[in-house]
Amino acid sequence: MKISVYYKTKKVTVNAVIHLFLLVVAASCLFPLLWMVSSSLKTQEEIFRNMSLLPAKFHFENYYYAWMEGGFGRYFLNSIFYTVSVVIGIIIVSSLAAYGFSRLKFRGSNVLFYMFMAAMMIPIPGSFVPLYILLNKLHLRNTAFGYILAMINVGLSTSIFMLKTFFDKMPKELEDAARMDGCSKFGIWRHVALPLSGPVLAVVVVFNALNVWNEYVLALIIFDSKHLMPLQVALTTFQGEFITRYPLLMAGLTITAIPIIIIYLLMQKYIVKGVTAGAVVG
Amino acid sequence: MRIKSTLENYLFVLPAVVIFAIFYIIPFIWVFQLGLYEWDGIMPTKTFVGLGNFREIMQDKIWWQSMVNAGYITIIALTFQNALAFLLAWACDREIRLKNFYRMVFFIPPVLSEVVVGLVWQWILDGNYGLLNNWLIQLGFPNLARNWLSDPKTALTTVAVIHSWKGFGWGFLIFLAGLQTIPKELYEAARVDGANAWQSFRKVTIPLMIPVAVLVSILTILGTMQAFVLIIAMTGGGPAYHTQVPVLRILAAMRGSSRFGYACAQGISFGVILMAISFIQYRFTKKARQA
Amino acid sequence: MRGKVLGKSFNLMLSSVLLLFAASGCTPKSQTAKPTLTVWHWMTDREPAFNELAKKYEEITGVKVNFELYAPSDAYTQKVRAAAQGANLPDIFGILGEKRDFASFIKAGFILDLTPYMEANGSIWKDSFFSEALSVNEFIEGNSYNVKPGIYGVPIDIMTIQLLYNKDLFEKLGLDPEKPPVTFQEFLDIGKKIREAGLQGLVSGWGEVWMIDCFANNYAFNIMGKDKVLATIRGEVPYTDPDWIRVFTLFKEMQDSGVLYNGIVTMINKTAEQLFANDKAVFAFNGSWCVNVYKGMNPDLNYGAFLPPQVLDQHPYSIWGGAGSSFMVSAKSPHKEEAVKFLQWLTDKNQQAYLAEATNNLPANKKSVTEIPDILASFSRSIEFATHPNVWGVSEFSAVIEAFDKGIQSIIIGEKTPEQVAAEVQAVKERELAKQERR
Repeated sequence: MKISVYYKTKKVTVNAVIHLFLLVVAASCLFPLLWMVSSSLKTQEEIFRNMSLLPAKFHFENYYYAWMEGGFGRYFLNSIFYTVSVVIGIIIVSSLAAYGFSRLKFRGSNVLFYMFMAAMMIPIPGSFVPLYILLNKLHLRNTAFGYILAMINVGLSTSIFMLKTFFDKMPKELEDAARMDGCSKFGIWRHVALPLSGPVLAVVVVFNALNVWNEYVLALIIFDSKHLMPLQVALTTFQGEFITRYPLLMAGLTITAIPIIIIYLLMQKYIVKGVTAGAVVG
Repeated sequence: MRIKSTLENYLFVLPAVVIFAIFYIIPFIWVFQLGLYEWDGIMPTKTFVGLGNFREIMQDKIWWQSMVNAGYITIIALTFQNALAFLLAWACDREIRLKNFYRMVFFIPPVLSEVVVGLVWQWILDGNYGLLNNWLIQLGFPNLARNWLSDPKTALTTVAVIHSWKGFGWGFLIFLAGLQTIPKELYEAARVDGANAWQSFRKVTIPLMIPVAVLVSILTILGTMQAFVLIIAMTGGGPAYHTQVPVLRILAAMRGSSRFGYACAQGISFGVILMAISFIQYRFTKKARQA
Repeated sequence: MRGKVLGKSFNLMLSSVLLLFAASGCTPKSQTAKPTLTVWHWMTDREPAFNELAKKYEEITGVKVNFELYAPSDAYTQKVRAAAQGANLPDIFGILGEKRDFASFIKAGFILDLTPYMEANGSIWKDSFFSEALSVNEFIEGNSYNVKPGIYGVPIDIMTIQLLYNKDLFEKLGLDPEKPPVTFQEFLDIGKKIREAGLQGLVSGWGEVWMIDCFANNYAFNIMGKDKVLATIRGEVPYTDPDWIRVFTLFKEMQDSGVLYNGIVTMINKTAEQLFANDKAVFAFNGSWCVNVYKGMNPDLNYGAFLPPQVLDQHPYSIWGGAGSSFMVSAKSPHKEEAVKFLQWLTDKNQQAYLAEATNNLPANKKSVTEIPDILASFSRSIEFATHPNVWGVSEFSAVIEAFDKGIQSIIIGEKTPEQVAAEVQAVKERELAKQERR
């Protein structure tokens, strides 16, 4: 009797401690988000004077102004287009390559793989200038296609690395089964490897989506036409040379954060499901 | 038949290699050979200095200081940040309440822009009016209150902690993905064999998570060594050189003193060092991974 | 299932990409009689005013002017440099940063020499400007950059950097709000009062090193005079000279007296502005653009401007000032003449007055200083004391400037003594001089 009470209280205490820990960390993560949203509803004077998270009056119109003045409509669509294109592009290109490096044998596979790894480690300072000149020569500079290709390259190494790690871990039974069923290598990739790597793919999606969504220096340098610019450029409208219009900037940042959070929430489900984990062992 | 099969194999990696060759290799070669020149980035003429830039880097005390600083931040990230990420992932993997809420909230820091993160933390950490010092004083520890971001003794650690705070969401995500792919059956089997919670953690979880842990550490090292945006937002690399990091030095050479060639040489030396670190780490953990 | 979704989206992506590829290839080039000018700028705050002026110009002359904004200034600089390498510079643009980079652009052939236009008709265009504004864009005879002497840029506003003080906080400290400190000792004494009252003193973006440089330089001029400072840059006087050590010691004195805001060494200027605007600091060191900033954050702020309190009075006052922003014309532009005409119009009396009113920046045209608010007027009056590194004809090595400014940061946080920093800076200087000899 006493023993079970001991175990029960131990369980409750452990749970309580874990919950407290989680709550504290969660609070620290939520705070900046709440501050950002609350600042977006204040006025310029209020932001640094009124320290509480509750604005005196809720200025929802800041969102309207931010959207209008920043020309968000066009830039928002552009960013979505770039992000979707790059993410799809990377999933295909990097999963093909990762599968190839992990499961297929061919001459130079190690060398090529290490090259990709090395790229992760050697940052190219000022790579914007050679990229600019390169895209210029290819007549792709002021185009969406050029930008998308360049951005695919940015996330390529890390995505390949992540996917290869998981493909290496993947048990071979399912692949062997598929092969015996007459599946081609491409078919195995499409029907076995990809679905199995659901959780990792979700991470790759989020990683690259975030990178593309937040990128703006390359876009600013290679695009000359306003109508090709991504969302981040619109945000610079509020960060003046001297005056930063904080409420509008915060409203803009909040709007900008929403799609990424949505992508994350969607991808989260794939990470949770851990797809067909049971089928592999069984 | 063999040829067709081999060609097929190459086809898998072809798109990646082509894009890589165009958008990475070519700029890389351009930058690599620029390290041998003295160039301001504007004039059409460059001066060949051979290994002069590299010799200068060897004696550049500030450069090595920035490396040490980055190394310090990285060590904090490897320990504090990743331990936190793993603990949180493990906690969320179990069946607890509010699981979804936590999973959403922990990824907010990586999503937030550096602008917001920099502003909010500066405000919290301000030496005179900041929230943190306010709380410390109210809780009865007035002598703990200090100028977190400008005091040379605490600036770097503070920056490292905030960097970890912003980055743990990634480790959390990857660890969670890794934990989710451990088949539940293995835990079942362990329990049937009479293992308690700690033993099944040791015998099931840890071995299967090692490849993931290695992945996370490599990504952490590479990502943190190259960090700089948050640092600019919070301390500008100061006070004096206490929070300088390598990328800031490269930017300073590129834009501040207009020494493009020197910046490229710095970038290359940096890359070499990162490669060496990764290589050592890869070899070091090879045994553990193969177990 | 996943494969199908992927397949569909892949097709979608492929077709939309091909579509875009096709679309981007065919933009009809309309043949207009009048050219279109493209201006690249970074001045977010002035974009609406610029666009208004562009519209007006088109009505008057039929020439369309496209103002394209690329901010922040960091990214702008990169864009301009990349465009220069790719031979894609617009008709009109600005060059931010040091004179040395400006010189490189000129020597590389990217910038149009504006001297003939400036001096045409008895120098009518040249004379309309404050001479300090023009000198920043000018290269004089015998300059150390080997640039052919001439005027290569057009200033569109002026600015000065001065000290500011909070009149309300002055009253709180028991000081006369109309009497800012005149001597440096007075300034330090106020520091003691600030510390006793538990308030905070001077704020400035000293995390951004150039502001430290500006402050230190003002006092260097005050203590040893312009000639000796320039001689030091040329390498004729060492930084270990007692006058320089005096300059370094000023910072120690300020820190000890309590007149500096606790944490000023990592402060960025925007934070400094926000603190001063919210009555959290007694003093600020900032440029004339701050008037607009403070107004936006706290229109009731009661403050005044004053010149740096003197350490010695042998040498004249000196502050940094001159052209705020300037525009240059691309030497390779197909519409050079039109571009110059537009800039002449932009810097004309009326347009400058409009800009000054709309954006609260000081006009570069002497005749436009009419209806500007009091505080701004006091900034403009001090233009006569203004100097700027870009007009001295010599540049200090970047490594030396960095060691200098970071050294001062070390002094403020108490890590090094003025003598140590002086020795270190001199060591860097000698190393740089030796490198220059070898080249």
